[in-house]
Amino acid sequence: MTGQGSANRYRTALLFSAMAVLLALVGMIQSWNVAFTLLNLCLISAIMTLGVNIQWGYAGLVNFGMMGFTALGGLAGVLVAVPPVTKAVAAGGAGILIALIVAVITVIAAVFIWRRCAGSGRRQLWATTLVVVSGLVVFRLVLDPAVSIIEAIEPAKTGYLGGLGLPILLSWIVGALMAAGVAWVIGKISLGLRSDYLAIATLGISEIIIYVLKNEDWLARGVKNVNGLPRPVPYEVDLQAEPWLISVSEYLDISVIDASSLIVKICYAAFFVVVLAVLYRLAEAALDSPWGRMMRAIRDNEVSANAMGKNVTARHLEVFVIGSAIVGLAGAMLTTLDGQFTPASYQPLRFTFLIWVMVIVGGSGNNAGSILGGFLIWFFWIEAEPIGLWFISAITAGMADDSWLKAHLIENAAHTRLMTMGLVLMLVLRFAPRGLIPEKKR
Amino acid sequence: MIDLLNALVLITNFIIVPAMTYGSQLALGALGVTMIYSVLRFSNFAHGEMMSFGAMATILMTWYLQGQGVSLGPLPTALIAIPVGIVATIGLVIMTDRLVFRYYRRIRAENVTYLIVSIGVMFFIGGLIRFIIGPNDQVFTDGQRFILKARAFKAMTGLNEGLAIKTTQGITIITAIIMVSFVFWFLNKTRTGKSMRAYSDNEDLALLSGINPERVVMITWIITAALAATAGALYGLDKSYKPFTYLSLLLPIFAAAIVGGVGNPVGAILGGFVIAFSELTLTFAYKKFLTYLLPDSMAPSGLMQLLSTDYKIALSFVILVIVLLIRPTGIIGGKTL
Repeated sequence: MTGQGSANRYRTALLFSAMAVLLALVGMIQSWNVAFTLLNLCLISAIMTLGVNIQWGYAGLVNFGMMGFTALGGLAGVLVAVPPVTKAVAAGGAGILIALIVAVITVIAAVFIWRRCAGSGRRQLWATTLVVVSGLVVFRLVLDPAVSIIEAIEPAKTGYLGGLGLPILLSWIVGALMAAGVAWVIGKISLGLRSDYLAIATLGISEIIIYVLKNEDWLARGVKNVNGLPRPVPYEVDLQAEPWLISVSEYLDISVIDASSLIVKICYAAFFVVVLAVLYRLAEAALDSPWGRMMRAIRDNEVSANAMGKNVTARHLEVFVIGSAIVGLAGAMLTTLDGQFTPASYQPLRFTFLIWVMVIVGGSGNNAGSILGGFLIWFFWIEAEPIGLWFISAITAGMADDSWLKAHLIENAAHTRLMTMGLVLMLVLRFAPRGLIPEKKR
Repeated sequence: MIDLLNALVLITNFIIVPAMTYGSQLALGALGVTMIYSVLRFSNFAHGEMMSFGAMATILMTWYLQGQGVSLGPLPTALIAIPVGIVATIGLVIMTDRLVFRYYRRIRAENVTYLIVSIGVMFFIGGLIRFIIGPNDQVFTDGQRFILKARAFKAMTGLNEGLAIKTTQGITIITAIIMVSFVFWFLNKTRTGKSMRAYSDNEDLALLSGINPERVVMITWIITAALAATAGALYGLDKSYKPFTYLSLLLPIFAAAIVGGVGNPVGAILGGFVIAFSELTLTFAYKKFLTYLLPDSMAPSGLMQLLSTDYKIALSFVILVIVLLIRPTGIIGGKTL
């Protein structure tokens, strides 16, 4: 047992050092600014993979709704940090509030009717449909006028309610809580489904979340985006005036502009490292606790765990909520780093499936493995472009310069990264299905 | 009376014709998903990319034919190219099965493993397609644009409302009918089709009665690839081809398969039309329709639209989620290939 444990530890140390070397190479060959941009997104990806690993690795739940939770985290960034648009709130806030109350009442009434008429077949369906449709009509009657008032107020600049004007760091917690709340609802209704139905249902729900964010302009301006979110770190322009920064830039022999943006990135990285470290410690502690043992028991054999008196559905809901909250937190961090909220940028390929590749490649069930997967896959997702271009240029070097094939290959070299990801995932699943750092044997 | 006719034409033009077209495309896709599900027992996330690959192969062949000066007159040239797209997709899919999926059948992997493997396949094919044809919009339809033009229809009938049917819409519906009839004939009348149904009903029993599982799987992939390539090419022909749209088409297709009842071919087709019709009926603005039908004093002032058209595609996900919650076996009840 201990032998394997220490072998695993060597392997972990080796792989993480290799990762550090890769990032350092980028720093030396491309530039340190690029390296830190990569590092920051690697850190955020690693937090997302922790969330997925808790659901898939600990409990065997297939959640393809990561994109939705990431976006909810991002929405929290807007709702917390942006100053309120007072005119819009005064004009339409009440209408929106009443409409939301109507929506909540409708849902509660629908659930109540559904339960009340259980077993009466047709009647149950019709009564519930009636409640939902009439609720929807009232909802629209209240919402629509309020929305058109809000969206008419300076549509080019605001046209939405704005947020609370609080520090953006608070949105990391709020984002996690919002994701947790939505995950609770989703889990409550869909965790009874079989694995691939759960996957499809969560994928569908995450698409619905994105559709709402894209189209409800009063909430966060929809596809018009919210730019210029407040930052938890100083602005480059302010830094550039500082005398100490100038001496730093002289010491490192880089321009003042580069030095300032490097400092900003390092500040973000520091924040992210702290969050990742705390989450990692918590996740490991949970895995080693009786709770983690129970989770593994449920994952490995649901029926027998159930027979031992474990409440499988409740545990699944728990782990679903916790994992999604972590993804929501990562989403809020991403929006903070970007300084803007752009609903159209949320694509399932990037925010759901790529995260899954990270977890599987890194090692499902092993937190360190998932983190490594997050780093490695993000690194190659970005660096595949220059590497692919270099590779293609190398193999086409012998071709004539005016050859259409050469031009075509070089033009489309960027798309090799999708192929690479698919290939990596398939190879890992085939030859190392437990990932780069496999789950500890206990 | 004229008002009633006008209202009917309006509905036909804006709901029935587009929904029949979209429904046919979804039905073809869902039929493939359902067949893979009932024989190989997993949800194939790579199905959208398989459709896209078929469409891409069809486009490349169409360009070649157009370059050679081949033309079908009023019909789009792509129609002759579709068989080439089908053959290319069959080749790709069989290669994928040999290199990737067969191994997991041998080790009898859980269906979650297949699911994740199919995501790897999805990434790979998606990348391959973008590598070959690039990520941009490709228009490859030619020939006559309309079977029936709105103005001609108005002149013919003297009604206020026009009815337009695009050539691609007509072709989609007719091709879908041919493909679906063929699949049903194959499943119900041929020996191979019957052995497929037997295998899907009860694997062990089928193996005992001497059915060769590898052959069944191979034929399932071939039929699925043919359906996927046709659906993909028809969708591209009707709407214009863009590689990334096929990933977003995957969910409505899953929705169609599940709504009808996974594993049930009749259900897949029904599901396709249920999704298509509900998307269009729930987002249609009924103002004009009601103005025709109601007396002037009761004419509606608003758009009379239940949901904004922005939510058209989201609606299929909503239906999917509702069906999964209320009746996970689908309308007809799944698993009877």
